Amino acid sequence: MTARLEVTGLRVRFDTDEGSVLAANGVSFSLRPGGVLGLVGESGCGKSVTAMAVLGLLPPTATSEGSVRLDGEEIAGLPPRRMRRIRGREISMIFQEPMTSLNPAFTVGYQIAEVLRRHEGLTRDQARVRAAELLDLVRIPEPGKRVGEFPHQLSGGMRQRVMIAMAVACNPKVLLADEPTTALDVTIQAQVLDIMRDLRAQLGTSIVLITHDLGVVADIADDVVVMYAGHVVESGAVDTVFAGPRHPYTIGLLGSVPRPDLGLDDGRGRLREIPGFVPTLREPPGACVFAPRCPRADALCQERMPPLEEQAPGQYAACVHPGGHAHE
Amino acid sequence: MSEPVLQISGLKKYFPVPRSRGGGRVHAVDGVDLTVAPGEIVGLVGESGSGKSTLAKCVVRLLEPTAGTIRLHGTDVTHRSQRRLRRLRRQVHMVFQDPYSSLDPRTQIGDIVSEPVRMHGLAHGRRARELVAGMLERVGLSADMIRRYPHELSGGQRQRVGLARSLVLEPSLLVADEPVSALDVSVQASILNLVLDLQRDMGFSCLFVAHDLSTVEFLCNRVAVMYLGRIVEEGTREQLFGGPRHPYTQALLSAAPLPDPPRQRERRRVLLPGDIPSPIDPPSGCRFHTRCPVAELPLCRDEVPGLTDHTADGHRASCHLIRTDGTAPAVT
Repeated sequence: MTARLEVTGLRVRFDTDEGSVLAANGVSFSLRPGGVLGLVGESGCGKSVTAMAVLGLLPPTATSEGSVRLDGEEIAGLPPRRMRRIRGREISMIFQEPMTSLNPAFTVGYQIAEVLRRHEGLTRDQARVRAAELLDLVRIPEPGKRVGEFPHQLSGGMRQRVMIAMAVACNPKVLLADEPTTALDVTIQAQVLDIMRDLRAQLGTSIVLITHDLGVVADIADDVVVMYAGHVVESGAVDTVFAGPRHPYTIGLLGSVPRPDLGLDDGRGRLREIPGFVPTLREPPGACVFAPRCPRADALCQERMPPLEEQAPGQYAACVHPGGHAHE
Repeated sequence: MSEPVLQISGLKKYFPVPRSRGGGRVHAVDGVDLTVAPGEIVGLVGESGSGKSTLAKCVVRLLEPTAGTIRLHGTDVTHRSQRRLRRLRRQVHMVFQDPYSSLDPRTQIGDIVSEPVRMHGLAHGRRARELVAGMLERVGLSADMIRRYPHELSGGQRQRVGLARSLVLEPSLLVADEPVSALDVSVQASILNLVLDLQRDMGFSCLFVAHDLSTVEFLCNRVAVMYLGRIVEEGTREQLFGGPRHPYTQALLSAAPLPDPPRQRERRRVLLPGDIPSPIDPPSGCRFHTRCPVAELPLCRDEVPGLTDHTADGHRASCHLIRTDGTAPAVT
């Protein structure tokens, strides 16, 4: 079965005054048709840049290489005109901050209709009717009235639902969701995740969910890709990775979340810490990027960044000392 | 029982809304009673707009309460002048959410931490420097940080500076307003551990404001849940997380996803409809009735439920549907 979206060896380099920065360094993953892939990492790990590269929306200061295939067809490096036809129709995106992603000067109905008129060639009236249907799909009450409202008249959760409605307006094959619930309260987050679950069931949309919240990944994703400092350090099915993470970073990340339900601590009621902080992404180091914070690091880790290797069926980790357990 | 460090009763804080924007008042905090005993960490949980940060700011008198009283060690400080408050400021300190905007970018770390010491005239010169160096060490920062500026520090290091500044006077109460929510996940753990270690060493009480339930469950002895300006449930960690009674608490607990895929799939989820109503014109009766999956009309719409200790063990909840023996309504 071909992957719906296949990213291979993606590298994104930014040239800054202080030298070049490798924001994504050999990122590969594949999204199954109808699947939900969680892309997890902390700020600065390159997860958003990866999404932008997939969409061809990198700023001019960035250069990228690598392959992005949509249903087997290469879309990396397509001319802007052809990319515009894919963006919004085949692949669309929702962003973290719904207020800054919506235009405050137009009604939400107009903004949803714009997508439909552009890509589907609907007339103004048809598009407006369809916009109301889409608002209904994302469970906005009184959609007929809401289409005529401006973004500032809606709550944060409502705006994020408008963003989702806009993103799925053309029934895209792939939805890239960049921290879609981070700015929302937990009860509203639960509503939005539920809507995304629905979309996948009803429309068969494949979803890449970018997040730092491991709970959200556990809730909705089938597969998970863990990123650290521009590299994929671990990937696999969520059940496998959460039950038996192999990379020390994944192990640390899972151990640092308070889990009073498991009584997980070091016996003195403390959380497990990952020492140090996320590194800056200057020149590619000749060593494993996680080595400075890793409890297992030794001379071998200083030699090179280890490649992703299969540790168990379907589970990959980039580590020379893999294994162990999250709760070791 | 020993005298509480902090005793809040009937606290209200309203903000006026300009007439150009419809007028009226935002009922940010609307009648809250809460006490913090010596050495206790009390978690204050709620979603945005619940009034939890406003309450915290009233406690340190960054905001002037509209009504009610705040007592620190038995002394009424609700309307004390800022000048007469100064002596009490030694007892109460606050840590803020954003470690970037809460440190003066033009001040060296050493001066940031020593400012309270100087303000209160507790130590000067070498003695003050020793105090600061000792405090920095306690929060896990090396002494060479003294000459650094905030922009040279990572988010986690800045929050350590914030803690050092708040604790250098050894206050009896620390008010922490979401101190880890702006930090990366892997850094949050170290700050939470630090708060716990410092509390065990120094024995201060803490009012810990958070929206993240797992953090509160990890850190706090007692927890109060706020919704639209009021406390809807309060109890020990075990009472509240083990047997939540209020439908809102039940929904909140079920909405926070567990990082455990098989268990998360099995969990019973309570999906609340709609958004938090506006605190300008809060719903009548029980404020939660507009979103409550089990609300019974007209009772819940018309009558305000009291915060009742059904089982006489300090587990209080305000819901008409909790039975007299404390049995919570089944929310699905």
